[in-house]
Amino acid sequence: MRLLLGAFLCFSVAATIGLGSTWVAVSRGVAFGALTIGAWTARPKAGTADIDPYARAEIERNGILPIGAGDGIAFVARTDDHGRPLDGRCEVMVSGTTPQARFFTVTLYDGSGRLIANALNRHGFTSQELIRRSDGSFALAVAPRARPGNWLPTGGVERYLLVLRLYDTPVGISTRAGRETPMPAITTGRCA
Amino acid sequence: MMRWLLWLVAGVLLGGIVHLAGVLYLPRVAAQDAYLRLSPISAVNAVVPVGPPTPAAASMPFMDPAFATAVCRYDLARGPLKLAAPVSQAYTSVSFYSRYGAAYYALTDRAAGRRVIELDLMTERQRSQMPEEEDVTAADRLIVTSPTETGLIVIRALAAEPSQMAMAERALAAARCQTH
Repeated sequence: MRLLLGAFLCFSVAATIGLGSTWVAVSRGVAFGALTIGAWTARPKAGTADIDPYARAEIERNGILPIGAGDGIAFVARTDDHGRPLDGRCEVMVSGTTPQARFFTVTLYDGSGRLIANALNRHGFTSQELIRRSDGSFALAVAPRARPGNWLPTGGVERYLLVLRLYDTPVGISTRAGRETPMPAITTGRCA
Repeated sequence: MMRWLLWLVAGVLLGGIVHLAGVLYLPRVAAQDAYLRLSPISAVNAVVPVGPPTPAAASMPFMDPAFATAVCRYDLARGPLKLAAPVSQAYTSVSFYSRYGAAYYALTDRAAGRRVIELDLMTERQRSQMPEEEDVTAADRLIVTSPTETGLIVIRALAAEPSQMAMAERALAAARCQTH
């Protein structure tokens, strides 16, 4: 009887810990070898054949095709520079410059990777569409209401994330945060 | 008391094994991975356009809306595959994914250096069976080896401005992938 109870305890602990931690790892994501610059995080190895098992399980479960390393790299931001979650009811400024790349795009998604509906049908900007200052830097307003200049509508959702994709870029596995990798700053302004 | 603690420690250790096995096994059983999502809208060894993502529907999460996309779901069982993709005006890339989601190779129009990206895709075994001389005479032929017999080739063309989308889609419509 004792043996049976013991085995039952053992198996229930194993099932809870094993399945629970797998679920957490796959849905929240475990970032091995992540490259974090400011609020932006990329996983350079996700686009190669040596993708780590956690990243692979996550992309397979969610049905994502990662950008191949020879194509480009994707940086994701879920918070502003101060760690505050990106809120679609606030005015968020994304400003600065990006690392060297032939093209880049900035796109707004909800937490599960869907585009967010808005009257303008604008879900992102390409490097060619952004209006820039004379020094080459840009300022992009991510806000629920119209702004002059570069405006990316949020549709007023509570949480969203921004993905900055650099195409044909030297940024990759051997890149470190530093002077060659200037990423745009993200600051939260007034909230509605 | 001690006995219960031992059972608990054994449970934690077993839990760790379950966790590792789950993470490693998950890609094989994922019912919603990109390959299965694209299966109903793609064809074997043919290039099929993938509609642009909209808020209401998208073939996959986290698709870049600035790109026109086409996919070739390949099966190398009957022999190597030939891919030809004309480059669009702005930026074109070709990415190769194994059956279980690893992006094992990708190249851009600039790396290809021509107006048409042309390459041969084969398995390790098919490559080793290739006649030696042929390998030499076609020195500039680009050969990619696939780690799995099936997988996806995703061809993407950038529309740097929305007005260029139609042109990017036209460039992809001319892409071909077929077995010899």
